[in-house]
Amino acid sequence: MAKAKLMDYDKALELFEPVLGFEVHVELSTKTKMFSSAPNYFGGEPNTNITPTCLGLPGSLPVVNGEAVRYSISLGLALGCQIAPSSRFARKNYFYPDLAKNYQISQFDEPIAFGGSVDVELPDGRTFTVPIERAHMEEDAGKLTHVGGSTGRIQGAEYSLVDYNRAGVPLVEIVTDIIYGAEKDAPELAKAYVATIRDIVVALGISDAKMERGNLRCDANISLRPRTAPGEPPAKLGTRTETKNVNSLRSVERAIRYEIQRQAQILADGGTITQETRHWHEDTGTTSAGRPKSDADDYRYFPEPDLLPVVPSPELIEELRAALPEPPAARRRRLKQEWGFTDLEFQDVQNAGLLVEVSETVAAGASPQAARKWWSGEISRIANARSAEASSLVAPADVASLVALIDSGALNDRLARQVLEGVIDGGGSPQEVVDARGLAVVSDDGPLIAAIDEALAAQPDVLAKIKDGKVQAAGAVIGAVMKAMKGQADAARVRELVLERAAAE
Amino acid sequence: MAHHEHEIVRLSASALAEQLAAGEVTSVEATQAHLDRIGSVDGEVHAFLHTNAELSLRTAVEIDARRAAGESLHALAGVPIAIKDVIVTNDMPTTSGSKILEGWLPPYDATVMKKLRAAGLVPIGKTNMDEFAMGSSTEHSAYGPTHNPWDLERIPGGSGGGSAAAVAAFEAPLALGSDTGGSIRQPAHVTGTVGVKPTYGGVSRYGAIALASSLDQIGPVSRTVLDSALLHDIIGGHDPLDSTSLTDEWPSFADAVRRADVKGLKIGVIRELDGEGFQPGVLERFREALDLLAANGAEITEVSLPSLEYAISAYYLIMPAEASSNLAKFDSVRFGLRVNPPGGGTVEDVMSATREAGFGPEAKRRIILGTYALSAGYYDAYYGSAQKVRTLVQRDFAAAFAGVDVLVSPTAPTTAFKLGANDGDPMAMYLNDIATIPANLAGIPGISLPVGLAKEDGLPVGIQFLAPAREDARLYTVGGALERLLEDTWGHTLISQAPDLAPGEMAAAEEGAV
Repeated sequence: MAKAKLMDYDKALELFEPVLGFEVHVELSTKTKMFSSAPNYFGGEPNTNITPTCLGLPGSLPVVNGEAVRYSISLGLALGCQIAPSSRFARKNYFYPDLAKNYQISQFDEPIAFGGSVDVELPDGRTFTVPIERAHMEEDAGKLTHVGGSTGRIQGAEYSLVDYNRAGVPLVEIVTDIIYGAEKDAPELAKAYVATIRDIVVALGISDAKMERGNLRCDANISLRPRTAPGEPPAKLGTRTETKNVNSLRSVERAIRYEIQRQAQILADGGTITQETRHWHEDTGTTSAGRPKSDADDYRYFPEPDLLPVVPSPELIEELRAALPEPPAARRRRLKQEWGFTDLEFQDVQNAGLLVEVSETVAAGASPQAARKWWSGEISRIANARSAEASSLVAPADVASLVALIDSGALNDRLARQVLEGVIDGGGSPQEVVDARGLAVVSDDGPLIAAIDEALAAQPDVLAKIKDGKVQAAGAVIGAVMKAMKGQADAARVRELVLERAAAE
Repeated sequence: MAHHEHEIVRLSASALAEQLAAGEVTSVEATQAHLDRIGSVDGEVHAFLHTNAELSLRTAVEIDARRAAGESLHALAGVPIAIKDVIVTNDMPTTSGSKILEGWLPPYDATVMKKLRAAGLVPIGKTNMDEFAMGSSTEHSAYGPTHNPWDLERIPGGSGGGSAAAVAAFEAPLALGSDTGGSIRQPAHVTGTVGVKPTYGGVSRYGAIALASSLDQIGPVSRTVLDSALLHDIIGGHDPLDSTSLTDEWPSFADAVRRADVKGLKIGVIRELDGEGFQPGVLERFREALDLLAANGAEITEVSLPSLEYAISAYYLIMPAEASSNLAKFDSVRFGLRVNPPGGGTVEDVMSATREAGFGPEAKRRIILGTYALSAGYYDAYYGSAQKVRTLVQRDFAAAFAGVDVLVSPTAPTTAFKLGANDGDPMAMYLNDIATIPANLAGIPGISLPVGLAKEDGLPVGIQFLAPAREDARLYTVGGALERLLEDTWGHTLISQAPDLAPGEMAAAEEGAV
């Protein structure tokens, strides 16, 4: 694939205004699927969590999951939407082997929630209001695995396997209105928007919201429109592309930036943008053309005759409204105060998308500063090195355990970093890693004293200096002891003991 | 033995049930008698696509054992029943009359099957039908047509011609059918039997292979009104697996038959379904039946439902539209036929080759019609307009029922036509459903029962009563009453006049009776 020419980002922004739109799919963490009693769980043995309905067997029928409807209403309310007194499911007809019935049950002209907005905080602290067109309920498709090709894509594959465990998992699709005015912050806004949606669904407790697992998926639409001179009418909207497969917050930001630069270069070269889906490639940081997508895609929508309209009672809606959690922006202000972070510290955590992780780590017993230090520091460093999402590497409870081990003196920072790597590499809890690898600080004085005596004997001149009161000379002995102990010693204790032993000589 | 068997198969389900309860006959004997009857006549009738004697007899043995052990059983326990092949059964292949499902053994039972099994009925086989219930003659079955027991050269109606013919030919006392535009009632009309389309939502559709989800309804097929009522009592009621099933508490339909009386009953004759396009012999029997009802105290009036003129057009948009989507699942990926194109191909090529080979011409015709009707740019003109007509039809019925208790019409315009008579003329075939389609569009219940033979061809004629939604009981009351009045007039049942299909057996029976 020829590498696309990219325009310099600032230059692109001089010439064009980026216009955005997002479709975020949220998998709901209900006990059962959207339209069947099959468990809503798609790990495990393929094609085991299924019913005749998940497979679209002849004669099978869908039944709406009430819990999914309640989750969807809560989400709609949290997005500031109106809840439709009556909404309807519709069939979206298209043939694809991951779609058991060859139609998806979705909502079309009568979504459950519509007309909301979400306040998103940009890295510089500004608040940007993203308009929400609608949020609607639908079912997920099965999972295809293409075998035999080099890319894992359908092109070039010899055959494909279908796992219907995911077929029928409840989804809410949140669709924004067209977003104007993001300007140079478009990539940051994209990331902050998706992070905010994630924070909202986590706060509502309606989704596991792990992007890397596909619980939260973002399709990013972007087009550029040429700037016009002041006083002139704005140019008409440019052709958009829809970038799919963007499964981390960081990728959302990078993908938008890339598409702005790519489209700007094509337009500046006199070319035209093809309306199409584009696939995001995490490894190369680029997008590639998917299938052409036209506004006239004909899904032959019609009202789903197997289901009745969804008519939530006003009482239910008010009950769910009353139970809404604190909005993320308010929550952030509260946490910042509770944690005692500086503006910079808090923004670091927030921009890294680590609020939830720090919060859960604090809830698990760590001090806010220690939690921040580990998430923003070592864990983020490893995540960067591995091109992974920090949240996917280690559980907040494990970070809290790690901090507790440090606080108790069982680990020093250097050992703790090794333990963390062990945990990330699947070695179990921090304590299990400590036990398995013998990484604990040696707190038994016996081996330390033996090592100190040996070091002092090897360096009689140093011993003499210490005895003369030149305490700083002890450093050489401490270094030798730490080396002999392979770092598994508390340096402060070693120093104490060195001085003690020297005095006793 | 032959004599005994011959008598058993001629019993109505309720009469057989009484003999079973009294210990005069066992379920094994009854089941064997019907299997034997199938063996001797079904070569000509071809009502069944599948039977499994061992399986049916095993069920019968179990029912007999439970009865012998003193267990209290359902009234119809031990009675054989034929199942339209549109209903999924976990112990018998289910094809919906299509090659695309040839040999498919469903991993689950339809809700109606669970209810039948719980009541102890004995499923005796799967009956023939137009492919995916698309047709009015059973000629569109991928497995060859069913023949009308009254005249083997003629159609048994459709799509449920197999169930109606099985009952008319004494191969089963009861059957299940499904009615999307008349597929239970029109076969009843042409075979001199009884068929009921319940209120939409009255019987669970879970496990009925969908033709048009908003129109389909499973219902009973039998030789007497009481038998249909007894069967309806078993299969009806709310099913949490079917969101469109009603949560109503239903009265006993068998009780509704038993209190049959038409005195003071207001019956509205549908003007639009009484005259033009109807065979004289059909109208003659229809009017005689009305006279009989009037003579027994019913108040007969004429009512007009002007929108019925458009019902058939609306139906032939809504039904194919839903069918085109419902039939999309037949793609070879998870079940049923798979055809690999020569030289292999993509999944799309395989789906396409499978559907090309697996669907018959009528299924393809309706998929194309429905796909077109739902397409962007055409939706409003076709599907949208059809739904508006549907609303008008519903309003017309509501207005009509404000003045009468039930509505009445002939069930179909003609008696059974000859096999092949409407080949290449789908419109003529579609028009045969003109009187039955409106009930499906409105979601209201309807019954067809025999009112005699047409003078010109000696073939059965049916009358159709329609009631407001949820008032199925009215159909059983008026149907049961008319049936009794007619049989009192004739001195026999109509079905007893059907030609005997196994004269050798009959002769043996008569000798035995001497």
